[in-house]
Amino acid sequence: MKVTVCIGSSCHIKGSRKVVEGLQYYIDEAGLGDKVELGGTFCMGKCQLGVCVTVDDKFFSVSPETVKEFFEKEIKAKVQ
Amino acid sequence: MRKFDTKVQYLKYKVLREVAKQAWADTLQDNLLDIPKMIVPGKKPTMRCCVYKERAILAERVKIAMGGNKQNPNVIEVIDIACDECPMGGYEVTNACRGCLAHRCEDACKFGAITFDDNHVAHIDKTKCKECGCCSKVCPYSAILNYKRPCETACKVKAISMGEDKQACINNDKCIECGACVYACPFGAISDKSFILNVIDMLKGSHGNQNYKIYAVVAPSVSSQFTYAKLGQVITGLRKLGFHTVIEAALGADMVAQAESKELAEKGFLTSSCCPAFVSYIEKNFPDLLPFVSHNLSPMATISKYIKEHEKNCKIVFIGPCTAKKGEAQREKVKPYVDAVLTFEELQALFDSREIDITTLEEDVLDNASYFGRIFARSGGLADAVAEGIREQNLEFVLKPCSCDGIEQCRVALLQKRAGKLQANFIEGMACVGGCIGGAGCLTHGEKNKAEVDKYGREALEKTIADAVSLLK
Repeated sequence: MKVTVCIGSSCHIKGSRKVVEGLQYYIDEAGLGDKVELGGTFCMGKCQLGVCVTVDDKFFSVSPETVKEFFEKEIKAKVQ
Repeated sequence: MRKFDTKVQYLKYKVLREVAKQAWADTLQDNLLDIPKMIVPGKKPTMRCCVYKERAILAERVKIAMGGNKQNPNVIEVIDIACDECPMGGYEVTNACRGCLAHRCEDACKFGAITFDDNHVAHIDKTKCKECGCCSKVCPYSAILNYKRPCETACKVKAISMGEDKQACINNDKCIECGACVYACPFGAISDKSFILNVIDMLKGSHGNQNYKIYAVVAPSVSSQFTYAKLGQVITGLRKLGFHTVIEAALGADMVAQAESKELAEKGFLTSSCCPAFVSYIEKNFPDLLPFVSHNLSPMATISKYIKEHEKNCKIVFIGPCTAKKGEAQREKVKPYVDAVLTFEELQALFDSREIDITTLEEDVLDNASYFGRIFARSGGLADAVAEGIREQNLEFVLKPCSCDGIEQCRVALLQKRAGKLQANFIEGMACVGGCIGGAGCLTHGEKNKAEVDKYGREALEKTIADAVSLLK
């Protein structure tokens, strides 16, 4: 599973560093490091919806407050 | 508010804007020869002896706007016919000499070069004069002037001399492409080659970033530029031009600061490698010191490399204050990462070629780097960032920096290093006085520029280098 977080200016200001750190933490905690590839990109073109995250090309709008919920629902529950 | 420091810049801008306009409309080839007449339409000359000479020079400016002489590897080029062949006789007594009794000039001259005619008026014997300027300093009437060409005065690396026809000549073996002469020449006879057409081609070919994405990497000195608008409006303007997104070169500076502080702690002595004119100066004048130059790519190349390694099929345009960056982008090590370099002057022309008035635009945001990455734009900032890098990484190294503000100070530090007399273990070399904010490609140069850079630095969301760089994995 490939998870990409936008680290462009707009998403950065909305907290993409916290989102990346959160995801990294939960992925490590759940021991999914070898199954989930976490990466960054500069701008997905949907700045209003930031922090922009894609999971295998499916788009999600995440915030530092919703990282845990997002991880449980879209990553932990779906990763094979 | 004024967009430029000088009318020479304004003229260069008008040419760039017109060339860009025609290129966008795919009419450049058809209208190429008419551009000089579009800029000087009437019959009355406004700048030179006649409109024909004005247009002939403008035709040369058009060539440079289109990339200039491909046979000449130097990005800085002389427009022969624009050079006014300024007098360059050195120190001369003008008719302000009152034939006084004191003769301070005579006393001040250690070489016995001053003589007096029957009217007690001073004369300088050129065979004895050493151009020290002492006579000029003591004259109560300021009657002794130094006739030196502005380009030669500006060129601290002594790359400019007088050619056979008295026009300025650049010695490519000495030139470091800093652009000081470009900014200094009052006739606009020296110019940096433009790659604005390459950028327009790239923007067109991307079809709204469908075929490939185009990234604008913007130097932190942008904070002191476009003072008539907001920085956020410049960012929106870049997006309107067709760039996919805008990224701070300062993030590359954060990466460099982190790596360079480590490298410094390992090696014990380093010079910076961020300023391409400084690196070129070492290559040409201090090749024995090359092993001490940091192995890091410049911030521009570092962030561009990162982007290219993470985004397949993208193009990168660096936009900054620097003419030497145009040369750096052509170096083998940098070529794969940076597709073109524009100056702020050229960006202004590009905005106006699309009739984008940035003052009317909404503000977008630009925030990738830390305070320390951003202050690379001014002299002293790089050393501050390396000190921070050492602190953050708990490196056991006591930094003794020597921040060189301008190429003359760089020369002194390098000479001291060569002689084993330098009391520092890190040389921050910046070819332009003030650092990048003094660059020749800036729209304006002002006293407040340094304060603007520091203010912009403090506005960064990330306060440490480590936090800014932590996003890049």
